[in-house]
Amino acid sequence: MGSEILILQYLLSGITKGSIYAMVAIGFNLIFSATGVLNFAQGEFVMLGGMIAVTLSFYFPLPVAVAGAVVIVACIGCLLELLFFRPLRHHSILHMIIITIGLSIVIQEAALHIWDEKVRSLPYFTGNEISSVKIYGAAISPQVLWVLGTITVSVILLHIFLRYTLQGRAMRACSSNPEAAMLAGINISNMRTLAFGLSAALGALGGCVISPITMTQYEAGAPLAIKGFAAAILGGLGNPMAAVAGGLLIGIIEAFSVSKLPAAYNDVSAFAILLLVLFIRPHGLFGSPSGQGVREF
Amino acid sequence: MLKRLIPIVLMAAVIVAVQLLATALEKEYCLTQLTMAIYYSMVVMGLCLVMGYAGQVSLGHGAFFAIGGYTSAILTTRSFLSLQDTWWAGILKRLHVFVLREDMFGSPIMTVSPWAAFLAAMIVTFIAAFLIGYPALRLKGHYLAMATLGFAMIVHKIVLGSAFAGAADGITGVPEWTLGAGLVITGKSVARVQNYYLASGIALVILILLGNLVRSRVGRALQAIHDQETAANAMGINTSAYKLQVFIVSALIAAIAGVLLTHYTGGIGPSESSILKSVRYVALAAAGGMANLWSASLISTLINYLSLRDWFGTFDNAVFGALLIIIISIAPDGPFKPLGLWIRRWSSLARVRTGEKNHETP
Amino acid sequence: MKLLEVLNARRSFGGLVAVDQVSFSVFSGQIKAMIGPNGAGKTTLFNIISGLLPTETGKILFKGKNIHRLKPFQIAHAGISRTFQNPSLFLKMSVLENVMVGRHSRTRWGFIGCGLRFPGQIREEKHIQEAALEQIAYVGLEHLADSPAGSLGFGQRRMVELARALATEPELLLLDEPASGLNPKETEDLGLLIRKIRDTGVTILLVEHDMSLVMDISDDVLVLHNGSVIAEGTPSAVQDDQKVISVYLGKGLAHAAPGEKSSMRLRRP
Ligand SMILES: Nc1ncnc2c1ncn2[C@@H]1O[C@H](COP(=O)(O)OP(=O)(O)OP(=O)(O)O)[C@@H](O)[C@H]1O
Ligand SMILES: [Mg+2]
Repeated sequence: MGSEILILQYLLSGITKGSIYAMVAIGFNLIFSATGVLNFAQGEFVMLGGMIAVTLSFYFPLPVAVAGAVVIVACIGCLLELLFFRPLRHHSILHMIIITIGLSIVIQEAALHIWDEKVRSLPYFTGNEISSVKIYGAAISPQVLWVLGTITVSVILLHIFLRYTLQGRAMRACSSNPEAAMLAGINISNMRTLAFGLSAALGALGGCVISPITMTQYEAGAPLAIKGFAAAILGGLGNPMAAVAGGLLIGIIEAFSVSKLPAAYNDVSAFAILLLVLFIRPHGLFGSPSGQGVREF
Repeated sequence: MLKRLIPIVLMAAVIVAVQLLATALEKEYCLTQLTMAIYYSMVVMGLCLVMGYAGQVSLGHGAFFAIGGYTSAILTTRSFLSLQDTWWAGILKRLHVFVLREDMFGSPIMTVSPWAAFLAAMIVTFIAAFLIGYPALRLKGHYLAMATLGFAMIVHKIVLGSAFAGAADGITGVPEWTLGAGLVITGKSVARVQNYYLASGIALVILILLGNLVRSRVGRALQAIHDQETAANAMGINTSAYKLQVFIVSALIAAIAGVLLTHYTGGIGPSESSILKSVRYVALAAAGGMANLWSASLISTLINYLSLRDWFGTFDNAVFGALLIIIISIAPDGPFKPLGLWIRRWSSLARVRTGEKNHETP
Repeated sequence: MKLLEVLNARRSFGGLVAVDQVSFSVFSGQIKAMIGPNGAGKTTLFNIISGLLPTETGKILFKGKNIHRLKPFQIAHAGISRTFQNPSLFLKMSVLENVMVGRHSRTRWGFIGCGLRFPGQIREEKHIQEAALEQIAYVGLEHLADSPAGSLGFGQRRMVELARALATEPELLLLDEPASGLNPKETEDLGLLIRKIRDTGVTILLVEHDMSLVMDISDDVLVLHNGSVIAEGTPSAVQDDQKVISVYLGKGLAHAAPGEKSSMRLRRP
């Protein structure tokens, strides 16, 4: 195999991983923009999406299972907001961070007891684990195309929703100027619930499409959350396009560092870069230093 | 003065009573887990200082515990026998930095002595805490949480992936630590009671020192930073220096606990540096109300003990997660604070209160 | 003697120039008032002097030394203290502890000394407490020393802030609207107190909307409008200045916000 093809192969695997991180990062952004809370439990939505879809796929055809999982997880997201974040909105950031971490652990443990510690996965959406598509000589699984396609479509849909629908605009108004939004008669609390629901749905969808490739297990959420979080901060909190860029960047760095560093260290490089960015440009690579854009979508 | 002594005396009484009870019930073996729980609580005490008093989030204290523990484990188990003939090894041997001993299989090895390894662990921790704290403490809220988490993640991955740290198996065969004056930190069952008192004594000393600290000029400065950082700075407090110092102090306390526990159990594993461990410490600090050293150390010792005795079974992590959620939602200042408030409210009911409540935040 | 000299201070926020090429001096032993309509840039100027915001151009000289690169805590050490427009007490602490924090820059024991309670540290702690109690008594709140700061009313918070600022032993005291939220009686007492503080040798620069207080106590008045100085002089000279009158009349009628009871009333009734 030529070195160019090898590089292309790494790049593709980086983009695949990165697009998952991007999806988690967008979820982070949605909730952060609407509520000011960074939800450490975001990764659990991804995990729950995968797990529920796997279970449903025993009884229903695949598309129904995926749709069902997304809806169920979206409801869980809304429920969490109603139960924990709505009543505790006036707590300090420190407390909010701790609560989301607590939720993350509890959801994980609940998953462990509902299912078990076994690794499971959805079937490949098309083809199977050995079918592959050649792109400029690099072989990739068709599932990767599913992942990339799903993420592209959902990012575009999200964008349209936020820009061009009444609900979406109301949500943006809430984040950029809550007082004005309130005066304009927008129910901010409901918008926050909606943000949680949407973000959970997005996470769950991501969890379904990657399940055939990366497998799903009760513990799979936390590492994803941390990487997705890193992607969101790397890009600059509050900007979904920057989050996508941040996610891809982390995925690609990770893929290439696998070739250079011992396998066990492969996460180290991603986190080292995150720390560097935090220390040098805390507002992210694409954010503005004044923090003006911090609460914009 | 008397008021300061009361909790100390009470605590000492509890410590003695527990031991007597355990011996009387012939359940002395329980003291082993209790000793370990006490060491873990030391980390929580340091964390209380950083989070409860100075108001800075840290999701990385498990990493400092691990840095301390691993540094001393590596230095006290790795043999430097091949260096024996160099001139400087001779000097270090004379200074008792290097000691000759036998390993588990009876072959001679030359390792760093526990005291020297302890000092090295402190120095390494100090440097790590400084390097991470200096840039990180300029960050606030979520960003600081993320930075400390990222740091903990890196330490964990390095520990897991490095042969010199024993990778997934960790390090075993760490020797006992002879402190002098007949005191030895060891997991041997004959020294169980002695080690229980040793751990309690050290924890109590840390508790007293931190208690003094928070009720002093420094403690007020930390609380001022927590409350109103800008105003604190304008009142003459060097806020960034204080934040860094308190971070380093608490990291050192975590590392001390790491060193002690490593000698006590004779080894250390990579799980000590995991994110879940760091989160547990935060959970326990929160359970005690963060800004309450006594209640945090009592509660964390108790819960860690129950966890080590496997009370929670497969729900171990779930207990910690639930604890976090419940305490923060219901009593964010810890379970004892509302209790005290109620008492005060009842007693002040008689007095007429004037002046409206003003909840404005500037 | 010029205690404080502000030379060409400037500060903008985005496109808005909040303080524009402002220069003025405060002389030792003065009570100098800074007035101006809402948004004139008075608080911003205070923030520049106390080091919370850097000035973009020019210099700030305190006792002849340039302080504009110093951090706020260093400026506090140098001898400038302030109160805030929105009282920023440490709400979780008691009144006494709040004022004790003010002693920070005049005391020295650190982590090790405080942890081990060296004899010197214990003595120092006692002195801190005594000095703080003295300041609390000075502003007349001794009966509240042990109350949590969060339980105080607005006016009392202002007084605690004043005591906290005095505890730093400043040579220059910056007061940002000390009388807002006080009733007429309290305002009158405050005027007396400010004079008393000045008589102990502390120079005072105050921002105030209550014109009767300003005209009553200040030796010198500086009028700020849209970030620039439009008049400076004795209270009576400023009162008769045409520019000042027009600014106040124009602003006052258009923006008579509730709570700004006397921002439009230049002359004493
Ligand atoms: N941190 C900031 N960011 C953006 N704009 C600011 C900031 N601080 C002040 N400003 C703006 O600068 C201008 C001057 O504000 P400043 O608070 O100094 O006025 P002031 O004279 O103290 O008014 P007031 O009498 O209401 O206290 C105002 O238009 C204000 O909106
Ligand atoms: Mg102002």
